[in-house]
Amino acid sequence: MSIEVRQLSKRFGDFVALDRVDLSVDHGELLALLGPSGCGKTTLLRMIAGLDRPDAGQVLFSGEDATARHVSERQVGFVFQHYALFRHMTVFDNVAFGLSVKPRATRPGKAEIRERVMSLLKLVQLDWLANAYPAQLSGGQRQRVALARSLAVEPKVLLLDEPFGALDAKVRKDLRRWLRDLHDQIHLTSVFVTHDQEEALEVSDRVVVMNHGRIEQVGAPDDIYESPASPFVTHFLGDVNLFHGRVESGRLTIGPFAHAVNGVDDAERAVAYVRPHDLDISRLADGALAAGRVAHIHAVGPLVRLELQRDDGAAIEVALAKERYRELGIAPGDLVYVKPRKLAVFPDGQDYVI
Amino acid sequence: MSLLNRQYSMLPGFRLAFGVSLFWLGLIVLLPFAALIVSTAGMGWGAFAHTLADGRVLASIRLSFATSLCAALINSAFGLLVAWVLVRYSFPGRRLFDAMIDLPFALPTAVAGIALTGLYAPSGLIGQWLEPLGLKVAFTPLGIVVALTFIGLPFVVRTVEPVLQGLEKEWEEAASCLGASRWQIARRVLLPTLLPSLLTGAALAFARGAGEYGSVIFIAGNIPRVSEIAPLIIVAKLDQYDLHGATAVAVVMLAISFVCLLLINALQWRVARRHGVGR
Amino acid sequence: MVERQLSNREGRATRGLLILLAILFLALFLLLPLYVVFQQALSQGLGLYLAALADSDARDAIRLTLLATSVALPLNLVFGVCAAWCIARFEFRGKSLLSTLIDLPFSVSPVVAGLMYVLLFGVHSPLGGWLEAHGLKVVFSTAGIVLASVFVTFPFVARELIPLMQSQGSEEEQAALVLGASGWQTFWRVTVPNIKWGLLYGVILTNARAMGEFGAVSVVSGHIRGETITLPLHIEILYNEYNFVGAFACASLLTLLALLTLLAKTLVEWRQHRATVRAGEQTLDLRARALTHLNRESA
Repeated sequence: MSIEVRQLSKRFGDFVALDRVDLSVDHGELLALLGPSGCGKTTLLRMIAGLDRPDAGQVLFSGEDATARHVSERQVGFVFQHYALFRHMTVFDNVAFGLSVKPRATRPGKAEIRERVMSLLKLVQLDWLANAYPAQLSGGQRQRVALARSLAVEPKVLLLDEPFGALDAKVRKDLRRWLRDLHDQIHLTSVFVTHDQEEALEVSDRVVVMNHGRIEQVGAPDDIYESPASPFVTHFLGDVNLFHGRVESGRLTIGPFAHAVNGVDDAERAVAYVRPHDLDISRLADGALAAGRVAHIHAVGPLVRLELQRDDGAAIEVALAKERYRELGIAPGDLVYVKPRKLAVFPDGQDYVI
Repeated sequence: MSLLNRQYSMLPGFRLAFGVSLFWLGLIVLLPFAALIVSTAGMGWGAFAHTLADGRVLASIRLSFATSLCAALINSAFGLLVAWVLVRYSFPGRRLFDAMIDLPFALPTAVAGIALTGLYAPSGLIGQWLEPLGLKVAFTPLGIVVALTFIGLPFVVRTVEPVLQGLEKEWEEAASCLGASRWQIARRVLLPTLLPSLLTGAALAFARGAGEYGSVIFIAGNIPRVSEIAPLIIVAKLDQYDLHGATAVAVVMLAISFVCLLLINALQWRVARRHGVGR
Repeated sequence: MVERQLSNREGRATRGLLILLAILFLALFLLLPLYVVFQQALSQGLGLYLAALADSDARDAIRLTLLATSVALPLNLVFGVCAAWCIARFEFRGKSLLSTLIDLPFSVSPVVAGLMYVLLFGVHSPLGGWLEAHGLKVVFSTAGIVLASVFVTFPFVARELIPLMQSQGSEEEQAALVLGASGWQTFWRVTVPNIKWGLLYGVILTNARAMGEFGAVSVVSGHIRGETITLPLHIEILYNEYNFVGAFACASLLTLLALLTLLAKTLVEWRQHRATVRAGEQTLDLRARALTHLNRESA
């Protein structure tokens, strides 16, 4: 089932949680809503589920207006951030709940419920825990029970609120991969909320970056990472260096450095954003973006991180492959020059406050 | 819904639950209060003043609040002691005593009243030992204080206990490592932290004590101007079909209780704020 | 480490003294009154004790007390659940006012409560007069006693449930609704099992207070023998007639009720505590099973 959101708005008192948001989710897609806390991503998810009601706008399921439909009639699966498992029921009863509350006419028989629940538990690899209570499970197990429970009613859409938020780093990574595999297996239209850019980029088909109740950018993980549409997205997706200059007739100039940029309007003040691994280091000043002295070297792991100190005191971060670093033979205190392989330019003054 | 300006929630049943609550609240609590207000408004200042000019009435009101204050003070001291001992030390019978703390909540007041009278009457189990010492408890204001101490006992203990449990021992140890003596720790560290809850407990005990009837009337002896409490005056006036008089006394009692609670709340708020204890 | 702890605690003597003082205080105020009730009730032998309880007035009083409680209890139970559902689950204007009004009966003297009912339903009041004309008597009748019992026990259930439900949050109920459950299904299958212990505790307290209420009931009762005398009022009458054995015999019944209440309360708390401990133990058990499961899978 496809989902479409039209001009959705929501305020909580003076706080604008959603500001005329438009979004469409294709059938069978796995979509990530990414943004800092308070950006409105969870509110958007809850409105799709019917757990909150919008002040204005529409939610459409397969082209049909579902805005007024009650949550229990939307046929969505919702996995809560803290799982919301029924603490007085066993894992089995938790998963069976959705089936057992169906009206008598459509309720499957006891044996059928049992079979469906057990096959779901097998799917999430927890069939051996059917008689345990939620309090006895680890975080990752609870998460998978919650998922099985939401799948039991055969929802048309699966919605997950910070699905890995409450887990520790190792379990997070495993579950992430597992969720991706599961999605490839069952192909259910799925939307999940996260504040972790790595998670969003790794798991989803498409990423929606949100800030201040608005959508900043929608696109495939690659596109978003490689060509961020705004300073905010650039900032939010990882470490970045800032260089101030100006744009004149399609050319960015920062001091002696010049670079052709397409599609950027002329601006008296512009900012170039360069990621640490998109900077190369040279001992020659020729064509360099900036110069700095090597202040710190962190050489652990495959990438070497250098911190350069500019004349004005500002720091530049560079990430180099270990081989390149050995080749250059850099030592603390050396004066070096940086050249960008890739940069994103935006007019200055554009809001990128997180 | 728009009338109540309720935020949307997908949980069902608000109207039903709210309707039932409001209906029951209105019938059981608000309607009787309205009756009291209407009667008070209808009787005029004359009847009011006439009732309150009676020295016996004034004495009873003074007695109710004074004995209740005494009992609340006793309970503050002993309640703190009991809570401390129950939380900090282990000794045989500790759990039994802990469970027994709520007895005054569970024991009907009339039973408490006759039991305490049985204890403290001149021929009673304790009274017979106090009599030769010239100490009369039953049928004097002292007896009222005893009964109100019994009634108010759980309030202080039960409000202080959780705070004491939550108080970290390390904190105390840190203070003592800084060279503070036991007494200094108790006075400068423990007491300020416990003060808000202690005040709450004492205020609850005080409010309960001022209006207490069942446990007091047996042990008080009800001697006019000496050991006659205000609730008894109300009952007596009702027995004489003096509805106006009873109402006047009730309203004055309610007003005094209300002012006391407001003052205590304000004090509590200040104490909590000064010591930075979030409440 | 050990030394520091020792030096930091009160000396043995101080500790002993504090414990002794506390025990003396509790014994004086809690144990002795209990002892006196049974000692006085049995002072003339078991025969007279039983005779006092078998007395027809006593039996009428017991019957009325049970009747009033059995009406007041379910009514306040329903109200308490409704009020807790509103306050712990919804945001609405006037919420704190509602919460304050629920507590009001706690801060009113029982005698004043009784007086309010006399003012409302007495023969002199318009409402009372009208009801009387239609053959319904509230004051000096069973109805008044029930109303007074309801008033004094009004807040108990709600007071127990509100903090409990607030701490549990509404996510489980939301989850049930997303899974397609109806409102009632959610309430009976998710809410009630989660609050059952708090509910039971509220019921225990309500029951104890309703059976033992004296002041408010005394005012509205009118003391009509065999008709409007509850057990506590019966005790007063016997006591004032210097029938101490009878008074204490009836008092011993209510004392037993109080002790049962305390026992039930302790059991409820103990069960809650045990539930968490047992969950912990079973987790260990599950860890062991998880290991065997993994071994089996890898084999």
